[in-house]
Amino acid sequence: MDRERYRRLEEIQAIGFVLIELNLYLDTHPDDERALREFNTYGQQLRRLVTQYEAQYGPLLSSGYSPSQFPWKWVNEPWPWDMQ
Amino acid sequence: MWVYEKKLEYPVRVDTCNPALAQMILEQFGGADGELAAALRYLTQRYYMPIGEGKAILTDIGTEELAHWEIIGTLAWRLVKDAPIEKIKGTPFEAHFADHGRNPFPHNAAGFAFTATFFNAKSDPIADMHEDMAAEEKARATYEHLIQLSDDPGVTDTLRFLRQREVNHFQRFGETLELLKEHKERKPFY
Repeated sequence: MDRERYRRLEEIQAIGFVLIELNLYLDTHPDDERALREFNTYGQQLRRLVTQYEAQYGPLLSSGYSPSQFPWKWVNEPWPWDMQ
Repeated sequence: MWVYEKKLEYPVRVDTCNPALAQMILEQFGGADGELAAALRYLTQRYYMPIGEGKAILTDIGTEELAHWEIIGTLAWRLVKDAPIEKIKGTPFEAHFADHGRNPFPHNAAGFAFTATFFNAKSDPIADMHEDMAAEEKARATYEHLIQLSDDPGVTDTLRFLRQREVNHFQRFGETLELLKEHKERKPFY
């Protein structure tokens, strides 16, 4: 996989991880306003990065959350367990 | 309902071809304290959970465990995918290869197949939460054993990430336990 693609995917993984962490924290601290603000801010940032990545490399999400160009790009390699 | 994300939660790098290490790592693919048992344990326990915070934490940690199961499968696969048969013969992976070839399969390091008896759902959220906290601690201990066994720097890095997640999940389940106790005090006959 080319370096630029890998770098952009790592950026998504890093912000995605921040969001997983904030999500779990908010589950047991639903009244923490500061954490919730961070969650919403990072969420916007993630959606922007995902949209940019998908325009170049194809869909990241199943079930209609990501658009596909023709022909159907979801089937394209590499799949996560083969990415290196 | 779930939506698949065509990426791993954490980037995986594997530096060596090492069937023996792959077999040890399968402990977390299909063992008693592994990622599959964790995912099914938490997702199964959701129905009787009385509080929204608890339903959320079981759903979200259960979902993250599936992502970890995928990372473990990726580690095991990369460690053997290019292994010539001579590098498999005589290693602990040989018995796995006889049945499954190079594809990962949910059994523990000793080859015992995955079973739902590895976890429970008791319709007693306090009992379930204690099981969940214990499961996270046992998984942390397993990762520490695997880190000692790994001589592949890329694999070790990923194992360290996964170990740290167990510590974090333990913390969140501990908070959920306190919320459950508060809930129980408010509602004495549940």
